[in-house]
Amino acid sequence: MPKLTINGTEIEVPAGTNLIEAARTVGVEVPHYCYHPGLSIAGQCRLCMVDIEKTPRPTIACNTQAADGMAVWTETDRIKETRRSIMEFHLINHPLDCPVCDQAGECWLQIYYMKHGLYDPRMTDEKVHKPKAVPLGPHVMLDAERCILCSRCVRFCDEITGTGELGIFHRGDESEIGLFPGTELANPYSANVVDICPVGALTDRDFRFAVRVWYLDTAKSVCPGCARGCNIEVHVNRRRPHHNDGRRVARLKPRFNADVNRWWICDAGRYGFGSVDDTTRLVQPVRRDAGAVADASWDEAVAAVAAALGRHAPDAIGVLASPAMANEDLFALRRVLELQGVRRVAFRVPPATPGDQDDFLIRADKHPNARGAELLGLGGDAGAILAAARARQVTCLWIFGHDLFASGLPGADVRAALAAVETVIWVGPNGNATSERAHWVLPAAAWVEREGTYTNFEGRVQRFRQAVEPLGQALPEWEILGRVLEALGGGPRPPRAERWFRELAAAVPAFAGLSYQSVGDAGQMVAR
Amino acid sequence: MTTEAILTRNFGRADAHTLAAYLETGGYTAWPKAQAMEPAAITDEVKRSNLRGLGGAGFPTGTKWGFIPKTHTGPVYLVINADEGEPGTFKDRYLLERDPHALIEGMLIAARAIRSATAFVYIRGEYVEPWRRFVGAVREAYDAGYLGRGFDIVVHRGAGAYICGEETGLISSLEGKKGWPKVKPPFPAIKGAFGMPTIVNNVETICHVPHILNRGAAWFASLGTKTQGGTRIYSVSGRVKRPGIYEASVAITLRQLVYDLAGGVTGNGRLKAVVPGGSSAPILRADEIDVTLDVDGLRNAGTMAGSAGVIVMDETVSIPEALMVVARFYAHESCGQCTPCRESTGWIYKMSHRIVDGHGTKDDLDKILDVARRGAGTTICAFYDGAVGPYISYIEKFRAEFEALIPT
Repeated sequence: MPKLTINGTEIEVPAGTNLIEAARTVGVEVPHYCYHPGLSIAGQCRLCMVDIEKTPRPTIACNTQAADGMAVWTETDRIKETRRSIMEFHLINHPLDCPVCDQAGECWLQIYYMKHGLYDPRMTDEKVHKPKAVPLGPHVMLDAERCILCSRCVRFCDEITGTGELGIFHRGDESEIGLFPGTELANPYSANVVDICPVGALTDRDFRFAVRVWYLDTAKSVCPGCARGCNIEVHVNRRRPHHNDGRRVARLKPRFNADVNRWWICDAGRYGFGSVDDTTRLVQPVRRDAGAVADASWDEAVAAVAAALGRHAPDAIGVLASPAMANEDLFALRRVLELQGVRRVAFRVPPATPGDQDDFLIRADKHPNARGAELLGLGGDAGAILAAARARQVTCLWIFGHDLFASGLPGADVRAALAAVETVIWVGPNGNATSERAHWVLPAAAWVEREGTYTNFEGRVQRFRQAVEPLGQALPEWEILGRVLEALGGGPRPPRAERWFRELAAAVPAFAGLSYQSVGDAGQMVAR
Repeated sequence: MTTEAILTRNFGRADAHTLAAYLETGGYTAWPKAQAMEPAAITDEVKRSNLRGLGGAGFPTGTKWGFIPKTHTGPVYLVINADEGEPGTFKDRYLLERDPHALIEGMLIAARAIRSATAFVYIRGEYVEPWRRFVGAVREAYDAGYLGRGFDIVVHRGAGAYICGEETGLISSLEGKKGWPKVKPPFPAIKGAFGMPTIVNNVETICHVPHILNRGAAWFASLGTKTQGGTRIYSVSGRVKRPGIYEASVAITLRQLVYDLAGGVTGNGRLKAVVPGGSSAPILRADEIDVTLDVDGLRNAGTMAGSAGVIVMDETVSIPEALMVVARFYAHESCGQCTPCRESTGWIYKMSHRIVDGHGTKDDLDKILDVARRGAGTTICAFYDGAVGPYISYIEKFRAEFEALIPT
């Protein structure tokens, strides 16, 4: 392992580490645009210049590997002056339209100009004009004038997705990013180019002009879109509710996790948050009696569920848990079922069409926590439970989230089962055709409105945090189930998700030794 | 001062490009000698000859050949840079048209020295006749059995970009990519065309190699200076009585070339300036032309030998207009890959154009100088440093002429 000094501080880094990464390990930031740790070295932006002793000229840090005995200086007068020059070159043809640019507030031209530029502008000639507001695909909009031609987006499409839609066309200061003829930027990961674009050249068509980024709050989370569990940040707009058509979730961004998704997420996951703020959200417990629908209080709803669980024989109760529920919810459910001796439980409902899968991130299982449900022993046969309902062996169905009519189960069977049973209890964040046939509908908080953990298909337990308050009276499933447990005399309920997880870790061997603290931001594998 | 014609010895023959004419004048006699030599011995001979690259950089050829890693076991490529595009340079086209077999024989020898079985010849797209002649010669060489027995030549035509004459831009283009220079390290000798060790040599450089083997390194070295052997072909253009190509020792002076070989200055007959090595070479004033034209002689004079494209300007030539033309060229040909070059070549062209148009400001000259100096040395390839040569030298040496155009 080479030993070198960065600004006088001695460090040892693995062989092959470049000087940007080496400097990072001692808290020194070398400014750069084209370098991205997930992509090949381009060496184009020329901003990451550093001085290396015994080297006559400033050297780009991105393409220089740390070597034994190297003495690197990042803040010499010469380097500061070089950075100022490079910043000027980056900006002479830039439109400087920050006030109307969506990237403003998270733009590396702004940040580095303030940190490393601050020269007096002296470009008085006509700037080069290029195409603006060019849709590259369903999700990405190009403003070629703002582009600094760092080629990150081109390299992403060449190296990560292998789809190669983008190129740099023309030469000199007329160079511009563009699509190869006959293509469109519509690969399943296309919007990652927006994240890695350091400037306002590539913007997100869904997020554009929705809300200024400085009004956003963020929470670390996990994508619930499939079994991969990509790490994300949820960006929410709480401070300007009149913006963004009142939608609270403004956008999802990938969050680096070396073992799960690195820097990337798929487009399906990125834009999969619409249900959080849409009109199907349930905000109030509801009872439905012979067609008459009435609002109910939580106390009434919990009492009714407890009563139903007491009234029906344990073997006459069928439970369809959901692989979209968190580990904490599923454990709370397991406690209730154990208390009542209910054994007919399943969580897998066959999908109407098989999910797509690739060899990168996307998994066929479109639920975040099937592995957790499995480890908690909630596996069973949903079809058999519905068959038992049709045969009137099951007289109470308790369904979490599923829309059985949108599943791979025959619609007639579902309709017959729901019609045959005496009591249908339905719990979930968004109403659907199945909830409309339930006698009790209990509103659950959406995943961004609460805390919890999912276990991904590899067995990695990952935390997601609360970004916004639950809508209306919605509650996390663990809380709903905790109240039911108490009503059934199952003892005091844990007051927080973290306490539920503690109980889960104590009770389920696969989770032994895990805690919210140890799971942290990067997740932790279950025991094998 | 008059030197024996070596590269151009057959240029007077109408059939010089044919195999028959080449054989008649002693062609393909160096190749059997090389076959009897160890590869390292060939490289040593070329090192001793003091042959330096004649495409522009002037790097010692034998030393370059020695950079191929000794432990490498896969393919090694020889690439001939025939993308002659430096403004003011037109020597390689004559070699391709009139002595193509000399290039092929030189390639056979060079390939043996670096253990290459495949060579690429990258010919400037606009060079249709040179390409036709060279392809014809390659066909003859295959038919005669010089090629195809362990060594093959692939001829590739460029598509008209100056930057593809930069050796790694050329390699990118050859690989089927946009002609962008590559970030170094790795250098081509380590990882070049298609990821393999590659030596890129200029046409003229390789054309010398058979003569070096035939007549010895000492003979070749004796033709030039202490640090550079041989002759080279000067392309002389502009305000001279006899523009054209002249083969002469690298040790002659610029004055000898302009007055004795090219017949002196036309226009008003009074010399103003000379660009000695293609448009990228800093300009010399009339009083600075008593310099030898070898690589080190011109470097010591603050300019460069480059491709030996000599552009002569008499007193009627406007230096600001000349700068504008040169700046337009570099703005048009910048590949756009790295920021300083992409952005400032266009900017400097706009400023130079504005000055010539009579809309310059008194700050413009210092602004051009400052922008040029700030960008110099910060880019992936030598293109921008080449552009900086004229930007700075034209203004520094002829400042009054620029100032006269700026409204007060």
